Amino acid sequence: MADITIAGVKKSYGKTEVVHGVDLAITPGEFVVILGPSGCGKSTLLRMIAGLEAITSGTISIAGKVVNDLEPRERGCAMVFQNYALYPHFSVAENIGYALKVAGVRKAERMKKVAEVAKSVGLEDYLDRKPGQLSGGQRQRVAMGRAMIREPKVFLFDEPLSNLDAKLRVQMRIEIRKLHQRLGTTSVFVTHDQVEAMTLADRIVVMNAGRIEQIGTPTEIYERPATLFVAGFIGAPPMNLMQGALVSPTAVVTGGIHLEIDGILHLPESAPIVAGVRPEDVVLAPGGRHALRADFVEKLGAVQLVHGAFAGQDFIVQCPVSDAVRAGDDVRFDIPSHRVYAFDPATGRLHTQRTHATVARVLANAAA
Amino acid sequence: MDRRATFNSTWLAAALIAPQLVLVFIFFYWPAAQSLYWAVTLEPPFGGSNQYVELQNFRAVLGDSLYWNSMRVSILFAVCSTTLTLVVSMLLATFVDRQLTGYRAYRFIYFLPYAIAAPAVGLAFRFIFAPDAGFVSAINTFYPNLWNPALKGGDAFALIVIANSWKMIAYSFIFFLAGLQSIPRTITEAAAMDGAGVLRRMRDLQFPLLAPTFFFLLVINITESFVDSFGIVDIITGGGPARATDLMVFKIYSDGFKGLDYSLAAAQSIVLMTLVVTLTFIQFKYVEKRVHYS
Amino acid sequence: MIERTPILNFFTHVAMLVGLVMAVLPIYIVFVASTHDLRTVNEVPMTLWPGSRMVENYSLVWNKSDFGTKFLNSFIVATGVTAGKIAIAAISAFSIVFFSYRLKMLVFWLIFMTLMLPLEVRIVPTYAVAANALSPVQGVINGVIGAPAALLDLIGLNNWTKGWPTFQVTLPEWNLLNSYTGLILPLVATATGTFLYRQFFLSIPAELVEASKMDGSGPLRFFWDILLPLSRTNMAALATIMFVYAWNQYLWPLLITTKPEMATATMQLQKIVPGPLFGQPPIWNEAMAGTLIVMLPPLIVVIFMQGYFVRGLITADK
Repeated sequence: MADITIAGVKKSYGKTEVVHGVDLAITPGEFVVILGPSGCGKSTLLRMIAGLEAITSGTISIAGKVVNDLEPRERGCAMVFQNYALYPHFSVAENIGYALKVAGVRKAERMKKVAEVAKSVGLEDYLDRKPGQLSGGQRQRVAMGRAMIREPKVFLFDEPLSNLDAKLRVQMRIEIRKLHQRLGTTSVFVTHDQVEAMTLADRIVVMNAGRIEQIGTPTEIYERPATLFVAGFIGAPPMNLMQGALVSPTAVVTGGIHLEIDGILHLPESAPIVAGVRPEDVVLAPGGRHALRADFVEKLGAVQLVHGAFAGQDFIVQCPVSDAVRAGDDVRFDIPSHRVYAFDPATGRLHTQRTHATVARVLANAAA
Repeated sequence: MDRRATFNSTWLAAALIAPQLVLVFIFFYWPAAQSLYWAVTLEPPFGGSNQYVELQNFRAVLGDSLYWNSMRVSILFAVCSTTLTLVVSMLLATFVDRQLTGYRAYRFIYFLPYAIAAPAVGLAFRFIFAPDAGFVSAINTFYPNLWNPALKGGDAFALIVIANSWKMIAYSFIFFLAGLQSIPRTITEAAAMDGAGVLRRMRDLQFPLLAPTFFFLLVINITESFVDSFGIVDIITGGGPARATDLMVFKIYSDGFKGLDYSLAAAQSIVLMTLVVTLTFIQFKYVEKRVHYS
Repeated sequence: MIERTPILNFFTHVAMLVGLVMAVLPIYIVFVASTHDLRTVNEVPMTLWPGSRMVENYSLVWNKSDFGTKFLNSFIVATGVTAGKIAIAAISAFSIVFFSYRLKMLVFWLIFMTLMLPLEVRIVPTYAVAANALSPVQGVINGVIGAPAALLDLIGLNNWTKGWPTFQVTLPEWNLLNSYTGLILPLVATATGTFLYRQFFLSIPAELVEASKMDGSGPLRFFWDILLPLSRTNMAALATIMFVYAWNQYLWPLLITTKPEMATATMQLQKIVPGPLFGQPPIWNEAMAGTLIVMLPPLIVVIFMQGYFVRGLITADK
């Protein structure tokens, strides 16, 4: 179990910089998920931790020791690759035991450890098979067994679930979570799937175009997205984002609609604002302030997604199926002011809003 | 092999395949059949129709000690040349695959020798290794005839092995390199993370995964050594000294076209053809049933 | 990947350099030898620095061996083989892959089997055919004519065949010796190119054929408008290996040409050498000049078409 410190790390290929200065501190035993779209640099970052890519500038330390110049095997990390990277000519047992073989562990002890690990991943009956004879999920478990047997300080996962079908993905996600509960090893998990991130992570690191957008717990990322990118990336269906302008310190006008926000924004009048409202935060009410006509409705079993035009653009509302809505219906709803996010379109960052309570306290202090 | 989408016109299909079939018939099957015919008949010296002599020609061939000599020489040549070729080309491919600085230049230059015709290779090596010119004979100043392929059969044999291997190393190198480059990069990385260094990975990963390519090249090299070697032998040694380099294909040429004994040459051809067909058959059978890992 | 193996890297570099020297040295030596006068070239060991007699040696050898004609012949043969191979292999592979007929497997194997016997191994009978290229056709015709009678003879019904007219067809003799046709055709007869095209054609998605049928194309149109343009890289690859292969042919041209004006460049090497190793040595500087002249064209082709050549070898033989 080790901590990982990433300080000012940059990566360039030739003249192209792909990771622009990343700082991250991972505590021992933490499960950190690096989340982002393709090409954002998350895999590159992971591979720099592993030692598979050289670090152009900055330092990475594992358990307090700077590892920039250390070879992969000297860093104490084990990695699970996206396409499993199993040795095709070795049996399952030989695949799992390979690292021990290289380390010179005697056959008897090696076989014992392999059997233990195989049992813990449910492959004790498949030890003699070759990877070509296994299913995707089984291969994944061999890959994990191979990583586990080394009892490493850090587990690294490079999008390990992307090649599995949806059902298997859910299953494996749970197994990875249970594994982490059992072993408690520091883990860094890279993915583009926000559901995986939200369910597995102690903390999520959202990356985009080589930079970190936000670091926080799943709740923090969901409740207070720091940037437009994070707001749009987390949450399915995605947050409704509307261009507008400030009309008073507590209200925004967008597409002709007046939205109250919770708190006070100290910005000049008519400052451009992007207002964000999550589909699930909209409250359907017969006497609601706002209205839209439903263009079409997607029913997902327990909830339904109502698509329509609102504030001059496409808008999605998520509500329980029991609020029966059909295409063509006029829907009335309210948007609670404390669920409206205000972003600065120029920087993409969330405006920090002082609440009435905070303002009252400041004024009170000033008076005192 | 049957595709989902095909055209229906049978006559067109026949017309398209006809030229190749005609050529193949005239220049392959008919000669092969004729060869068989000649091998079991004797052409009388003064004309007239051939006489069916069953296996008499074969007995003559197989009873001829010169023929056994040439078969022995050919097999030895195949073994020596193939071993030398495969070992060197496999090593070179493994080195180039490491992609150290300048590897592209090495890759480019290593396969150039294959572009050169066998007799040209022969002539070049004949010069370099000549008993009275070139370079190697410089060692004869220490001891006369230390190197003399004109007198010593062993030296001549070594010379043709080296010349043939030089060319075949270039060819085998390409295939070994392709084989190595088809090993997915992530597997190499996984092995590195498991603690295996370069040499260990060569032993545990690269060489075993090269096995299919190795067997393929084994058969190709052996077959080539029976076939392409003619140019080298004709230019360098003419089969000598004292028939030390009298390869089977060369003997067929000298018996048939210099000695004008067609029946004998035909019988020998049949034996050589059987040998080569068997080898090629093994190759296709094996390549089709390639060890498939993934 | 971060890997610190300085010693191993050093040895790898050394080994690769040694390999490089081994690959290039013979060619370099041939070049150097061709630039010296007779006395220098026969020194043992020969110097590794080029001499000054390059122009004289090369023009001497060129004229003495009449390389002008030989090069022309080689060029005609190589181009002929290449063009013939590309064309015939394309249509044959097209027939095998994109049509469906009962004898298809048989035809495929008939062609495929020619890969089993390279030309050098069947020189004797192929030469006989070349002496009279229509003899196979004649043989088949006569065989067919004589078959009924022979069959009846075989089962003992000789009486029935008495009085049957017996005749044999004699086709005109078509001698391929000392002709371009004789040099080119036997080399075109094998299946190498067909195999390569077949591999490629099999990788064409069926949807492409179906789309073209929906668009109203017949097979020939599909072949010309769609298949051939897609095959360009393959054709280049095949052309490269075939050109080099045909130019480097030695044994077959030796047999089939007796007149010097039909000889090819590669053949000429035999003339440069008076005899085998233990006879009279060749005039080395001229011999080396001749060797380099003969080596150059395929080397140049491979140097410039390197990518295609490698691709052609790997797909053709696998």
